[in-house]
Amino acid sequence: MSAIPQLVVSTILLGGIYALIAVGLTLIFGVMRVVNFAHGEFVMLGMYLAFWAFALLALDPYLVLVVSLPVFFLAGFASYGLVMRPVIRESHNVQIFTTVGLSIALQNVALVLWTGDFRFVRPAYYSVVVRLGTTAFNVSQIVAFAVAVLFTAALFAFMRWSYAGKVMRATAQDRQAAALMGIDTDRVYGLTWAIGIVCVGAAGVLLAPLYPVYPTAGLQFVLIAYVVVVLGGLGDMAGALLGSLIVAAVEVIGSYVIGTAWKEVLYFLLFIAVLLVRPAGFFGQRGAEQLGA
Amino acid sequence: MLTVEGLDVAYGDFQVLWEAAMRVGEGEIVCLLGPNGAGKSTLMNTISGLLQPASGRITFLDQRIDGLPSHRTVAEGIAHVLERRRLFPFLTVLDNVLLGAHNPRARPHRAAMLARVEALFPVVRERRSQLAHTLSGGEQQMVAIARGLMARPRLLMIDEPFLGLGPRVVRQIGEIIRRIRDEEGIAVVFIEQNVELALRLADRGYIFESGRTILDGTSAELLQSAEVKRIFLGDVAL
Ligand SMILES: Nc1ncnc2c1ncn2[C@@H]1O[C@H](COP(=O)(O)OP(=O)(O)O)[C@@H](O)[C@H]1O
Ligand SMILES: [Mg+2]
Repeated sequence: MSAIPQLVVSTILLGGIYALIAVGLTLIFGVMRVVNFAHGEFVMLGMYLAFWAFALLALDPYLVLVVSLPVFFLAGFASYGLVMRPVIRESHNVQIFTTVGLSIALQNVALVLWTGDFRFVRPAYYSVVVRLGTTAFNVSQIVAFAVAVLFTAALFAFMRWSYAGKVMRATAQDRQAAALMGIDTDRVYGLTWAIGIVCVGAAGVLLAPLYPVYPTAGLQFVLIAYVVVVLGGLGDMAGALLGSLIVAAVEVIGSYVIGTAWKEVLYFLLFIAVLLVRPAGFFGQRGAEQLGA
Repeated sequence: MLTVEGLDVAYGDFQVLWEAAMRVGEGEIVCLLGPNGAGKSTLMNTISGLLQPASGRITFLDQRIDGLPSHRTVAEGIAHVLERRRLFPFLTVLDNVLLGAHNPRARPHRAAMLARVEALFPVVRERRSQLAHTLSGGEQQMVAIARGLMARPRLLMIDEPFLGLGPRVVRQIGEIIRRIRDEEGIAVVFIEQNVELALRLADRGYIFESGRTILDGTSAELLQSAEVKRIFLGDVAL
């Protein structure tokens, strides 16, 4: 029984980070109708950015986070222009092959440049444990959680209230009608992609002090993000947030009750169950076109 | 102000318009008539740049506009209200209408246009914070036309404005189309399947059949035409 507060705290901390990865994925899907299979590789790039900044320049990951925002925004725009724009009007199959190809390419570039070694980011506060009542957690976990929640909230607010957010939602809901308003939908897609990449790159930086860094490090997180996004309904940002907490709970509680080795089995069982029972997502019939509704 | 000549349009290998032609003068109301599948929407979509023609030319205010993407044609002064209204379903009425003024030529006049559009369509003010998909068909059509006007067009194209609406709303929208021309000086092109209804509202009409412009004339001429009776009475008999 005394384990319950710890399980709750761990769930929330983990869920916040999953949310940041999943929100970028669901944003890109919601607006562009593209499943980004290279999403995890941008987590990986964020982790390496934090690692190299720390190893070479002794920069703290949280300082790197600030720098990473414009870096990933530009990387997002560049990857959109080079890779996605040419296929934006192609079939889903072509787009799937394109993002899978991008994923494999980025993994291999990382492997060639930085080898397959596991790398670790260990700032001085790495081993500092905060105790609160019967719960204990790591400083990096709290910072990662706080920043992730801040980011996700900012993205929500942006989509809901800013003019640019409305332009993005309009494009998501009806691309042709949006074009007839004078909206350059190609540019909207570029912006959407770049914002999604910023979210996931930032998540990578935040995760670097918590997980080993290696070329396929993104996979573990992006698989979780797919589960989260399907749980919450593709394109549904609020759903992504709830889905993150559910997946985190399954992972935390499952690891506690039957052992860490089983956690992936558990959430993929959950994934399959959702696909069988509620393919539209866990939280009602809300379709992807309701993005930010 | 608008001239379409020899327009061929295809979806992939499937050609649906052959040498389509039409013309709209300043301040005219013109209707495009013809049975389902004749290619009327395809023509409108090509004019607004949603589709690219295989050949032919489109001239608007003495400029070639064929090949322009749709986000550019609206800035040139052509607003296009799509078939079945196509509002942004999960945005509010106000946001829908404001996005109508997104193009750089209209944006600086957004507030003034909103006031004018609200005067023309009270529903825009009454329902401003309601999500667009919760409106009735007639209300949606009014908001869609209002959104089109927000672009400050010289030419407003409306694809089937009366589709699925009751007689009272049809009359209302007909009156509004006339006011848009009379009070704002905007030329209007609309698509309609009902010959009587269309020609009572329009100054001139073009008749399409199987992807070709087969007939055109003033409304009075077309109402008398035996050819029109053949095509459309044939339709009714089905
Ligand atoms: N997106 C599309 N892809 C392929 N064929 C289409 C498409 N849209 C319309 N068509 C075909 O083009 C022809 C003309 O359609 P359309 O322009 O919508 O006619 P109308 O508006 O006069 O009813 C029809 O045969 C229709 O089936
Ligand atoms: Mg049509």
